[in-house]
Amino acid sequence: MSGRVLVGVKRVIDYAVKIRVKPDNSGVVTDGVKHSMNPFCEIAVEEAVKLKEKKLIKEVVAVSCGPQQAQETIRTALAMGADRGIHVEVSGKDYETLGPLHVSKILAALAKKEEAQLVILGKQAIDDDCNQTGQMTAALLDWPQGTFASEVSLEGDKIKVVREIDGGLETIKINTPAVLTADLRLNTPRYATLPNIMKAKKKKIANVKPADLGVELTSRLEVLRVDEPPQRLAGIKVETVGDLVSKLKETGKI
Amino acid sequence: MAALFKARRVIGLCLSGQRRMSQLAELPETHQLLRQTCRDYADRELLPIAARLDKEHSYPVKQIQELGAMGVMAMEVPEELGGAGMDYLAYSLAMEEISRGCANTGVIVSVNNSLYIGPILKFGSEEQKRQWITPFTTGEKVGCFALSEPGNGSDAGAASTMAHQEGDEWVLNGTKAWITNSWEASATVVFATTDKKLKHKGISAFLVPMPHPGLTLGKKEDKLGIRASSTANIILEDCRIPKGNLLGPRGAGFKIAMQTLDSGRIGIAAQALGIAQASLDCAADYAQKRTAFGTPIGKLQAIQFKLADMAVAVESARLLTWKAALLKDSNKSYTKEAAMAKLAASEAATFCSHQAIQVLGGMGYVTDMPAERHYRDARITEIYEGTSEIQRLVVGSHVLKEYQL
Repeated sequence: MSGRVLVGVKRVIDYAVKIRVKPDNSGVVTDGVKHSMNPFCEIAVEEAVKLKEKKLIKEVVAVSCGPQQAQETIRTALAMGADRGIHVEVSGKDYETLGPLHVSKILAALAKKEEAQLVILGKQAIDDDCNQTGQMTAALLDWPQGTFASEVSLEGDKIKVVREIDGGLETIKINTPAVLTADLRLNTPRYATLPNIMKAKKKKIANVKPADLGVELTSRLEVLRVDEPPQRLAGIKVETVGDLVSKLKETGKI
Repeated sequence: MAALFKARRVIGLCLSGQRRMSQLAELPETHQLLRQTCRDYADRELLPIAARLDKEHSYPVKQIQELGAMGVMAMEVPEELGGAGMDYLAYSLAMEEISRGCANTGVIVSVNNSLYIGPILKFGSEEQKRQWITPFTTGEKVGCFALSEPGNGSDAGAASTMAHQEGDEWVLNGTKAWITNSWEASATVVFATTDKKLKHKGISAFLVPMPHPGLTLGKKEDKLGIRASSTANIILEDCRIPKGNLLGPRGAGFKIAMQTLDSGRIGIAAQALGIAQASLDCAADYAQKRTAFGTPIGKLQAIQFKLADMAVAVESARLLTWKAALLKDSNKSYTKEAAMAKLAASEAATFCSHQAIQVLGGMGYVTDMPAERHYRDARITEIYEGTSEIQRLVVGSHVLKEYQL
């Protein structure tokens, strides 16, 4: 058991920013817009650092795929307590079409290379809401997966995961090595302490290219158009149930 | 000819600070990360409670502890003593972001860092540092600074609080006024006259734990602004402390006070910047949403000119503050720049908060919007830690000295 945990962190548009669609409807405006670490990735980093503090694992490695600015996201992870970072450089057109399948291939390759015991990711990113990377990574590695985790406990060489599912909570026990994805209630991420922010400066971030990991970035998807959600229309009040039924029939709803 | 040489020296002094000015165009990465962390904390934890703290005059116990855990309550203190081991530029950035969220929390942080820990760090023995600094780094305990008296504020040299030795103890008698953090503090740095004949060279600094026999607190002042932090008199009546509680050499009290206030000024300048920025944010946000004459008022020139004036005031004060901090970090003389920063920032705070209410109109006058609280909080920044008039005296005398007049 290497005791090494790989944590994926994604740089996304900050959750508080008002999103604007580009005038040519090809995507959303990202230039000059505030970016930060995906909130679910923050929860993933916090869980990994907690495991290290409990001495259940030895090393936390933060990974991010993206352009130069992705290093800021890795530094935030380092300031929260990760030991070192890996920046997989993807920029320009490749970055625009980068999707869960590419990222999972990259993470799978890195997990094998780093001999990771655990891969912890956020359950989804708040920009594309794909909710696929964790599941795909597990499949590519042929490892068990504990997704939508709201509670994680290591028991010897197995992991007990409590998952949030539609019906309630499901508890499973999986072997290691495994992939986990963090859900909202797994923990409350810490604010980086100032001494840790200073220490983060000295921690190493390695640079890697997707080609070095044998991953090809051609996309099988093409984004045709991006539009704003339709404006919410005003509702109408009706007097009786009979009126309601006839109105619903009128507008073709039933 | 002589004047030319003097002028060159002045330029030399400016350039040495300017070598680092390029850092001001783009802050170092760690400082950016620090600034972002403090801003996130202020946005999430301080902004939502600031109005309530002000209304209820309540001290933010939990937030101070959280800030302590982050290292913000002892930023300059070396890590071995329990602090964050950061420089003054980092401290100014943290102070601005925290004060932007809640000016009250900002002043509590500032007093603990600059006025209480500051002099002990600089003038204390190793034993004093361990005893009086380390427990005050976590946010569990805060300290305060007792210089002003009912009879003298700006006239600090006329300290009428007396201290005399009796065997192995010092005995203090007198009253100190306007002491921030007094009701929550676990210790204070007190300035008292030990040799009246030596005038301001006869003042010494002492460390007094709180509570302590012989030390009582006056009633909490009911203030215009920064109402969540306690401000009260400290009354000393035959207050006895061990000999070892003398801070620095006997008679060095005035020097200690002045040097402490110099660095405290940078912290207060940063607090004023936070208030000024919060006012600007409030006004700019409102200007985009409020419509009048068929358009958002932000499109009207009268409002745009106000926002521009506010932005220039804040940014120039900010650069002065950063420059003072950078000079201090490089161990260069920074008294003049610190005074300029505090002067510019506090006047920017009062100007911006005044204009913010103007932009908001009637809404600026009611407690539903934070503009009125910023107006009330800003006012004190022109008074404490050296009034604007004192700052002008400091700057003026330095300018004259540079021209050797």
